[in-house]
Amino acid sequence: MKLDILPLGDLAIVISFGDVIADRTNVQIRQFMKKLDYANIKGIVEWVPAYTSLTVYYEPDILPYESLVAELNKVHLRNEHSLDSTSIVNEIPVCYGGKWGQDLGFVADHHGMPEQEVINLHANREYLIYMMGFMPGFPYLGGLPEKLAVPRLEKPRESVVPGSVGIGGNQTGIYPSDVPSGWRIIGTTPVTLFAPEKAEPFLVRSGHYIKFIPIDEEQFLAIKQMGDAYQVKKYEKEG
Amino acid sequence: MTEPILKVRKPGMQTTVQDLGRTGYQQFGISPSGAMDTYSLQMANILVGNLPGEAGLEIAMLGPELEALHDVSIAICGGDLQPVLNGNEVGMWKSFVFKKGDILSFGSGRNGARAYISFSGGIDIHPVLGSKSTFINGQLGGYKGRALEAGDVLYGNPFVRKSRFLHKDFVPEYRKKLEVRVSLGPHFDRFPKRTVDCFLSSEYKISPQSNRMGLRLQGPSLEHNDGADIISDAIPLGGIQVPANGQPIILMAERQTTGGYARIATVISVDIPLLAQAMPGTVITFKETSIQEAQASYLEQKKKMRLLAFAAGSYWKK
Repeated sequence: MKLDILPLGDLAIVISFGDVIADRTNVQIRQFMKKLDYANIKGIVEWVPAYTSLTVYYEPDILPYESLVAELNKVHLRNEHSLDSTSIVNEIPVCYGGKWGQDLGFVADHHGMPEQEVINLHANREYLIYMMGFMPGFPYLGGLPEKLAVPRLEKPRESVVPGSVGIGGNQTGIYPSDVPSGWRIIGTTPVTLFAPEKAEPFLVRSGHYIKFIPIDEEQFLAIKQMGDAYQVKKYEKEG
Repeated sequence: MTEPILKVRKPGMQTTVQDLGRTGYQQFGISPSGAMDTYSLQMANILVGNLPGEAGLEIAMLGPELEALHDVSIAICGGDLQPVLNGNEVGMWKSFVFKKGDILSFGSGRNGARAYISFSGGIDIHPVLGSKSTFINGQLGGYKGRALEAGDVLYGNPFVRKSRFLHKDFVPEYRKKLEVRVSLGPHFDRFPKRTVDCFLSSEYKISPQSNRMGLRLQGPSLEHNDGADIISDAIPLGGIQVPANGQPIILMAERQTTGGYARIATVISVDIPLLAQAMPGTVITFKETSIQEAQASYLEQKKKMRLLAFAAGSYWKK
């Protein structure tokens, strides 16, 4: 089957992978990106995965529209057997509640459950990073338990601290740096998600999983003090 | 050798270091940023003998006051913000020597919204993620991730070269009415035919609430089928997003990498520099074009610029 491709002006195209936000859609996009990476087509500048699409930026001087479409369809037909579709789980330590998660109480009250239950539900599960966007290093996560969905703040806060972990509607995520936010902040991670000066500036990428690991304030401060010396635990996802 | 080339005496409204933008990191949410009007920046660089993509200063609306700390050839291209050298008006689209102790100042936008200054030998700033461009909202790149402030000193590898000027055929005209070419889509199912017809036949005015992220337009409301929200996807340069209020926004250099509003069309790349120069109040109309035509215009412009760079003795790295 041919790819569903639409032009976005003269320097980009978008490939649609359906209209369902699902892990299997993400796997399809990820596999296609991997094939694209292997193919190393001259004239492709970069690509941006999203929930159900992949946008490809290109240089028409080297690769005009028709040639790009033909190349992408060729890539699409490549054999997938050799492709490894395993993914990485990143364990992100989070100090929940108190001054590091000022809205934990609200979320608990909203659902009529103790704070500890909110933590138990939110932590220790694998959230898939569907895409990154909005701001540098911000992961859009899928997999928040429906029981934890909460309305956003009526008036967004002018700023949240870097590492803030929040819930907004049926989404959850981490803010890599200080930005205005209407999400309910339930915790903070001491690790840095985005450090532009480092050789590896981004801790995670789309297609990875994030697992929040509850820590106490003492551990939070200790990790904070370790800075770059602290290594986030990463391992291959099972199954 | 790297030397101080200028000192900022007054910063102006928003003066930033910009090159052609940051590529390769949009999948991590890093906005490409870069010059709004890449044509003018490249011309300014060619005039002073730099590679076309070297970093220069982007000056918005109300210009800065700069003092030369070293003799260096410079060129000012783009919008006419009334540049003044030591009290005398100085021409644009040509290079001249900015001598140590000279003061370069600007009035306000007479014709066009942004001017670009390039310096022979470029601006010596450590690239962040492969680019010298300032990403203001991300507070990264350029000079300390921000617009210039009074007292800032920029370094470079300054040299003086024979002064040159650009043939008038290469100098764009900035008009109060502008027709920009678009390719339609990609969210075709979100807009009924009458909305697309309205979009292609109406006049839209650039709102003062426009910035490096996007140009907000005011005009006939564009109605959706079934709401403005889409499953978020990547936003290209020139993407025209239509939020629930029906007033379109054209996404520009410092756009977010992804967005959740339906897009009706994308402005073709060669028309972006003209849009970047459109001041608030400029009237815009949209004309549909094909990808083939858009790419033909792109190639033609690139070829012209390459020849010019070659003729000017600045070499073009492919």
